Amino acid sequence: MSTRPITAADPAAVARAGFDDAMESKITALLARYPTAQAALLPVLWLCQERYGWISPGIMEAVAVRLGVSPAYIQGVVTFYTMFYTAPPARYVLQVCETLSCAVCGAKDLLALLERRLGIKPGERTADGSFQIVGVQCLGACGNAPVVQVNDDYYEDLTPARLDSLLAELGRAR
Amino acid sequence: MSAEAVLLRARGNPSGRTLEAYLGAGGYEGLRKALARVPEAVVKEVSDSELRGRGGAGFPTGRKWSFVPKDHPGPRYLICNADESEPGTFKDRELIECDPHMVIEGIAIACWAIGAHTAYIYIRGEFVRWARILEQALDEARARGLVGRSILGSPFDLDIWVHRGAGAYICGEETALIESLEGKRGFPRLKPPFPAVVGVFGKPTVVNNVETLACVPHIMTRGAAWFASIGRSRNTGPKLYCVSGHVNRPGVYELPLGVTFREIIEQHGGGIRNGGKLKAFFPGGSSAPIMTAGDVDVRADFDGCAEAGTMLGSGGVIVFDESVDIVAAAANLAHFYAHESCGQCTPCREGADWCMDILDRMLDGHGRSADPDTLLRICRFASEGMTICPLGDAFALPISSMVTKFRDEFERRISTASPRPQKKLPALPWAGQRPGFGD
Repeated sequence: MSTRPITAADPAAVARAGFDDAMESKITALLARYPTAQAALLPVLWLCQERYGWISPGIMEAVAVRLGVSPAYIQGVVTFYTMFYTAPPARYVLQVCETLSCAVCGAKDLLALLERRLGIKPGERTADGSFQIVGVQCLGACGNAPVVQVNDDYYEDLTPARLDSLLAELGRAR
Repeated sequence: MSAEAVLLRARGNPSGRTLEAYLGAGGYEGLRKALARVPEAVVKEVSDSELRGRGGAGFPTGRKWSFVPKDHPGPRYLICNADESEPGTFKDRELIECDPHMVIEGIAIACWAIGAHTAYIYIRGEFVRWARILEQALDEARARGLVGRSILGSPFDLDIWVHRGAGAYICGEETALIESLEGKRGFPRLKPPFPAVVGVFGKPTVVNNVETLACVPHIMTRGAAWFASIGRSRNTGPKLYCVSGHVNRPGVYELPLGVTFREIIEQHGGGIRNGGKLKAFFPGGSSAPIMTAGDVDVRADFDGCAEAGTMLGSGGVIVFDESVDIVAAAANLAHFYAHESCGQCTPCREGADWCMDILDRMLDGHGRSADPDTLLRICRFASEGMTICPLGDAFALPISSMVTKFRDEFERRISTASPRPQKKLPALPWAGQRPGFGD
């Protein structure tokens, strides 16, 4: 399995976002699934994050206009959830599960390896924008602990050695 | 004792999750049978099976369905709760991976039973791969007329949509899930009114767990009596047990309700790894009171766990060997709940944070003799109906049970603590001092 890197749109490019026809037709299809426009908010935000890599204030504004709610409301929702990036993410976001089963099965060693290899702490990203480490809560894969989610993909039953080779593989894929 | 696999019968078959394979195994026969009967008869069949919700609360499914007002004029909805986020739980992911059509068929039958023409599968945002598996399965089902207009040639129309969450444990709670589905922050609602009366978009709504719904096609094809013959009275049917932590063979095991934790841990989980000894275990996800090694002969069903003062919850069995430091485990969980509290209710929002701060301070070697009782007091104030939703209880039960059952470990931490806590530090140090949390 090869994890697709995130291509984050330049902040200047999404300072004032508008939706092109491709996005517009997808949004229209989503709206048909729900009796209210507001209910399409999470799916539309996902659509935006897949397209632009992150949710900029400009994108929030565009979504607000499209769904008929205020930008402040959108921001409230976006920041409630942990998975929406409100700043451009690295190409690979390494999310290390730190909750109980992973914690007792060696999550700390994985985190330590990442910190050592990449020279950054959880919450930080490498200077070249390749990697970012995040400590996250239970990923729901406890039977295969410890687990790291890289972008959309789960990597399970990890050891520091396996994580190390994954890191090398992702580094080469740049 | 490990009877035939029902829910996980397709596990191990790489093409098992295709529609062809599912139809080949008799799939969608339950839906056909259900559509040939009146909805009330379907509800009765499920009630007679004594199926209880597999998401955590163990509420009788047929009864939940029967709460939907029959004379309600407008639309009503069914939501499949696939927001599997309870630490130690990973069964719904397995079910979706092995046999997504079983879940879809269960949803369709439930919709017919309650008169819903729209269903949403709310799946946690991290499960990108499993959301795709469901989408693919739904595409297959639509192409075959199993979902959509006039399903299976009947006059019944049904749309099913996958709706991804975006990272919030609280959205597994049914009213928070409903809020989230409406495009809001996941703040649980006060009950009553219950969702069956006022749910999503203000309409009657039933929220059922993935595993619960996956049981339904089998009840329709093989009958309530067959289902009720598995397990024991009021605790019927097959159950997916998730075994994680310090066992030789962690994983999901399908067993009849009512097996003992000893069987689950020793026989199926392969015993404690590295020849170690069992110290403690969570019987049903991290929100259930912890059990000690002496409790392994408790029956892993709803009533067996309740009698033993704990909960079957979601069936997530987290196993600890003797290397586990209970204070550290409590701190770990406190971080989880402090992070995941939605923040509406003071006892939960502040209580989880206080517990986290106290436990972190104990781990840092500055425990105080009053700490165990303070923890218990915080837990008491956060539970027993002091909060809108059960997240208050969810952190209070494990933490208070760890303090109570392993008090000696807490006392030992305190007796070896540094005698003079730094006066400059706030009484409860700010959580942000630990990397990765509290942001």
